Amino acid sequence: MSTILEARVLVPDVKLFRVHAPKIARKHRAGQFVIVRVSPDGERIPLTIAAADPEAGSITLVVQAVGKTTTLLNALETGDEILDLAGPLGTPSEVARFGMVVVVGGGVGTAVTYPSAVALSQAGNTVIAVIGARSRTHLLFETELAAVCDEVHPCTDDGSFGRHGFVTDALADLVATRKVDRVLAAGPIAMMAAVAETTRPYDVPTVASLNPIMVDGTGMCGGCRVSVGGVNRFACLDGPDFDAHLVDFHLLEQRNRAYAGWEAARRDELGPCAAVPVVVDGAAS
Amino acid sequence: MSDLSRRERMKRAPVAMPERAPDVRRTDFEEVNDGYTPEMAVAEAERCLFCARPTCVTGCPVGVDILEFVRLVGAGEFLEAADVIAADNSMPAVCGRVCPQETQCEGACVLAKKGKPIHIGHLERFVADHARNLGSTVPTPAARTGKRVAVVGSGPAGIACAGDLVGAGHEVTVFEALHELGGVLAYGIPEFRLPKAIVAAEIDRLRKRGVEFETNAVIGMVDTVDDLLTVEGFDAVFLGVGAGLPRFLDIPGENLIGVYSASEFLTRVNLMRAYSGESDTPLIDVQGKSVVVFGAGNTAMDAARTAVRLGGAPVRIAYRRSPDEIPARNEEVAHAEAEGVVLTTLVAPTELTGDEDGRLTGVRLQRMRLGESDTDGRRRPEPKPGEFIDVEVDVAIIAIGNMPNPLLLRATPDLDRTERETVVADVDTGLTSKPGVFAGGDIVTGGATVIMAMGAGRRAARAIDEFLRTETARRS
Repeated sequence: MSTILEARVLVPDVKLFRVHAPKIARKHRAGQFVIVRVSPDGERIPLTIAAADPEAGSITLVVQAVGKTTTLLNALETGDEILDLAGPLGTPSEVARFGMVVVVGGGVGTAVTYPSAVALSQAGNTVIAVIGARSRTHLLFETELAAVCDEVHPCTDDGSFGRHGFVTDALADLVATRKVDRVLAAGPIAMMAAVAETTRPYDVPTVASLNPIMVDGTGMCGGCRVSVGGVNRFACLDGPDFDAHLVDFHLLEQRNRAYAGWEAARRDELGPCAAVPVVVDGAAS
Repeated sequence: MSDLSRRERMKRAPVAMPERAPDVRRTDFEEVNDGYTPEMAVAEAERCLFCARPTCVTGCPVGVDILEFVRLVGAGEFLEAADVIAADNSMPAVCGRVCPQETQCEGACVLAKKGKPIHIGHLERFVADHARNLGSTVPTPAARTGKRVAVVGSGPAGIACAGDLVGAGHEVTVFEALHELGGVLAYGIPEFRLPKAIVAAEIDRLRKRGVEFETNAVIGMVDTVDDLLTVEGFDAVFLGVGAGLPRFLDIPGENLIGVYSASEFLTRVNLMRAYSGESDTPLIDVQGKSVVVFGAGNTAMDAARTAVRLGGAPVRIAYRRSPDEIPARNEEVAHAEAEGVVLTTLVAPTELTGDEDGRLTGVRLQRMRLGESDTDGRRRPEPKPGEFIDVEVDVAIIAIGNMPNPLLLRATPDLDRTERETVVADVDTGLTSKPGVFAGGDIVTGGATVIMAMGAGRRAARAIDEFLRTETARRS
């Protein structure tokens, strides 16, 4: 059992949790995730750690209510307990002095890029964040990223804030006009695939933080296998970061829909107040 | 002790294990075997010839005094029989159910030549269940040594090791990566073959004896082995983390939706209880669907029989060798066939095909024949050129074995390992190349059996006990 030290709604359907997990906080490195289970009949889901505070002994999770588990999780409040929390899992993001790094975040993926932005900035990189959302009210982590990045380029689908358009529009301008040395993307699959295509002509090394379906998260089941350069890799062990130019995003998209019908039925059981399915925020079509 | 003559004993027919009818049991997840009644157990034990040199004992990987426990069963002294088994086997209720007896004790029984070995496994199970149902006593703890041991993994090796260490007076903490204890006994072996309540009872017994358990503790990630020895202050570490990395076939179509590793399929069903309506863990709908399982070990049988219980029809096992080479326990194969699993031998999958949504629709099987003997003595399967069968399938389960999970090993670079990525450990002590660190079970042997892992856990416990006592002697 892990106690929720702080729970607050960030934007509609998205909640931030600061959870007591001193050991995980101490070991966490950018890019790693935890496996969470919220009820005795609950499934195990992976959630990327958005921040860790070793001194306070806490980790931060940013959760969007999409399926039943995330909806149940988002119903929890400060002082409540998370039944099971295991981690940190996954291979940490590669952090080095690359030069100029653009982190691209779409929807809750924006929170995923935050610890990497912090680490990359500390490593002496110029860090530019390109973040996207449906509208101003859905934009996440803008202030947090602004505090650690050299520039933040917000984009909204409806033009209510920042650039009117997709994150890939802003990214395309950056790679065309500046010497970008590396790109890190986290968000909806369609967005990550579009980011890969945006940087491919410029040969900018591009890494995507993948989000396949997992069960144990420790390499035991192989359910999270992704095809990278034609070779199967386990996202829980070798990822979740992979070379975006080599990832088969179409396959990932298909595999992530394996239980779509089942999940919709489960979510509906929670009643009309439950979260609505999420539109792909900030993603290129 | 019965006074039957040797001739009378030899004339008696073996007592069959009562089991639930195939058409009933294939619709639920309850245990298949009902277990002996006391009368059945006595009658079966009475067939024992009490050999002067009991080959059964030699056939047991942990050397249980089978002769003596069977004699006590025959005399109706069931609790005493339980004590005899307990001296060498910490989980008889489990082993009586899952040991490959036909290649161990029962295979070595002199009556095996006549095809009627004593059903030692059934007797072991009876004795263990009998003792448990009476609420067997918790042994009085030994004097505390003040030494602390970390056991990594709560499967058969870890449980056996923890039990002996706590018995020797050491403080033991077992770390388990998953949210539930038992390792392969929890996520791998299905309820209908090994009820969860039995595993839970064994763990509960350890808890009562003072063993601490920590779930959700992924050693290697949250604490490394070095952290356990330094920051956490453990005096020794036992690694019983098993072989938890599934092998895949490496053929086209393996990533189609509906293709599972046996570990994923069984974990979803056993650990996450995807068969119950209440579980939030999904599984591809198997009801009325065509299922194929690749491989013919115990895990393959478990997966196939689980698919039958989920309504799969037909459920087929595709094995690349002949029936003679099937590695699963005889009882599992018999049970699988009785429950309607179709066994197709001498075929190997070459390609899985799917629809435009990426869902599995079929498999192409290459017909095989047996060629020359392999290094392991089994005849090697080789393809019959141009001979294929195309089968429509909705769910495919790959049960061709596991490799060591690299998660803990990566974080422990100073641990010597073989080219198969298993940990190098002394056979008698489990001592690894890393001081104070011992290992046993599948992480050392590669995929083997519950009893082998338990035996290794117990040998390591003895060595750890000795290590801790000599350490103390040296320091004082």
